Amino acid sequence: MIKRRSFVRASLATGVIALAAASGSLLSFAAQAAQPLKIGFSMALSGGLAGAGKAALIAMEIWRDDINKKGGLLGRPVEFVYYDDATNPSTVPGIYTKLLDVDKVDLVVSSYGTNEISPAMPIVMRKKLVFPSLFGLAVNDQFNYDRYFQIMPAGPQPKLDWSRGFFELAKAQHPKPQTVAIVAADSDFALAAASGARENAKRDGFKIVYDKTYPPSTTDFTPIVRAIQAEKPDVVFVASYPPDSVGMVKAAREVGLKAKMFGGGMVGLQFAAIQKNLGPMLDNIVNYHFWVPAPTLKFPGIDEFLKKYEEAAKGKGVDPLGQYLPPYAYAYMQVLEQSIDAIKSLDQAKLAAYMHSHTFETVVGKVKFAKNGEWAQSRVLMTQFRNVKPNDLEQFRDPGTQVVLYPPQWKSGTIVYPFNE
Amino acid sequence: MLSVDLLSNALVAGLLLGGFYAAVSIGLAISFGQLDIVNIAHPAFTVVGSYIAWILNSHFGLDPVLVGVLVCPLFFLVGMAVYRVYYAAFERTGQESLSGLAFFFGLMFILEVGLMLVYGVDYRLVSASYIGASVNLGPVGLPLRLVVPFVAALLVSGGIWLYLSRTFTGRAILAVAQDPLALQLMGADPVRVKQFAFGLAIATTSIAGSLLIVIGPVEPSIGRDYIGRVFAIVVLGGMGSISGAFAAALILGVVESLVSTFAGPSWAPAVSFGVLLLTLAVRPAGLFGRR
Repeated sequence: MIKRRSFVRASLATGVIALAAASGSLLSFAAQAAQPLKIGFSMALSGGLAGAGKAALIAMEIWRDDINKKGGLLGRPVEFVYYDDATNPSTVPGIYTKLLDVDKVDLVVSSYGTNEISPAMPIVMRKKLVFPSLFGLAVNDQFNYDRYFQIMPAGPQPKLDWSRGFFELAKAQHPKPQTVAIVAADSDFALAAASGARENAKRDGFKIVYDKTYPPSTTDFTPIVRAIQAEKPDVVFVASYPPDSVGMVKAAREVGLKAKMFGGGMVGLQFAAIQKNLGPMLDNIVNYHFWVPAPTLKFPGIDEFLKKYEEAAKGKGVDPLGQYLPPYAYAYMQVLEQSIDAIKSLDQAKLAAYMHSHTFETVVGKVKFAKNGEWAQSRVLMTQFRNVKPNDLEQFRDPGTQVVLYPPQWKSGTIVYPFNE
Repeated sequence: MLSVDLLSNALVAGLLLGGFYAAVSIGLAISFGQLDIVNIAHPAFTVVGSYIAWILNSHFGLDPVLVGVLVCPLFFLVGMAVYRVYYAAFERTGQESLSGLAFFFGLMFILEVGLMLVYGVDYRLVSASYIGASVNLGPVGLPLRLVVPFVAALLVSGGIWLYLSRTFTGRAILAVAQDPLALQLMGADPVRVKQFAFGLAIATTSIAGSLLIVIGPVEPSIGRDYIGRVFAIVVLGGMGSISGAFAAALILGVVESLVSTFAGPSWAPAVSFGVLLLTLAVRPAGLFGRR
């Protein structure tokens, strides 16, 4: 009797313990499942690049909300941990160290821009993490990191591919222009762009008659444009940041620059506020872009994304149209999402292998990476502004205001040449 | 390549650019040069002036420079209020040197972040009939976008110079810069005089801000690009000298323009600051400074 009672008690106790253990593990599983998947990054939310950085953040937040509505990644809600790098490269290493050592994020992605991506590379490489990056030009040329993935479609030879289209267009004109001027800001991105332009110019048989850099704090660009004009170049390639691009365009119009082609690598001419203000001063400038509302570039999901972006950007003092950076900021998160969905883990080696070997369907079209983490095929568009009306934002939603001239696969119009016609 | 056309254009462009530098620096010549207040937030106030010009230009189509002039009295009152806080917190207790610098550094951040929170971080630009247009005098081209700031700077600097040298209050400001104790013995209140002078210094930033946004796009932190330049101009001109600051701004503008045209723009800052160091080596008190 005693034995039987003991057995019942023992059985009950075992049952209770087993139940407790089972419910504990269930609870712990549930807790882990509900634990957010943290993605860390720094972003330029103040300082000179904040206009683009904040627009990128809005796009990334749209992706985060979209993915969380679908149940998150690996069943876990996605959470962002990010800090403002104030467009100051020296803050970036500290931010990534904190993200990895203190915030214990699961994944990292990059800030916006060459100058902000490079300083994060050594930290990310030490931890052997996959590093999806947002608009850095030729950053991996020095690091050769096999887990670096660049969403900007510069191409497998980023320095050269960046300006290839500009020079291809120039050399196709009749009679072929002979001389070129190259002017660039004294900064990582612009210097890389200028170095590629130099090589392209030499390869295509142009004579370089002016090749100078200017400090980023330059206020007035008329002396620079006059010095360029004095050399009588047929083609002027400019690699500049937004305030400089505006200064350069205004100076070119005021001086009456006589070059036959002008533009190339001017950042800022893609931003709606600047486009609206410069208006007709933009006419016939040939400049790079990564997406314009041309019929050739209507990728699945892009219109829906831009609609969401425009809504989210209202009243936030950022680019109201968001055609330049935001689609790519959304797309680099889509690449990460599709890779994690496919390998069903956060194993960084497997993630990198998957990203190298697969093609991704994104709002900016199909994305396939080359061995160096750049796009396998360049899609730096050379676009030309046409018949721009003053003070009219809406016209930049129309396909005719900016036509795609290069690459031929995406072409939506033919060049107006010379530039000051 | 040296040609007369290029040289004359470079000289004129430099003078026009210098005029703009003068507009941004002239207020600092009063606050830093005469009152010994290291107002590192001076360019940030200028950016606030740019934003006000942008708001009234984009919403009501008002001319940005006119906005700068109209808003001057408001900036004057703000300047007086800022000085009151600075005086009560630091100057009265003799902590103005380091704590005062920290105060203006903090103020700069508050202004920047305030603009960022309210108006965002996108670039802001204005429209006016003279932006993008230029007139030619023979071979020399005059971009009106730079002519307007030059004329405005000339008027502001001339006005302040006349005010300081010809009026009682102006002379009191010059006196407080030299010897506040002596001024007090004459029955004047140096604090009130300094408060008025600081208000005047901040009032100039509303005009300077409107000129800044006429020249190019503006975002909340763009003022930082000008901190080094404006302090250099005040020191080069001779601390506290209005005519000196104006002349120094023109010199810096011309040097930058000539170097940009003939040697390459990347040399411009080095040569400009080289001129500053050389001048200070020969005349430690600056161009128009008293020894």
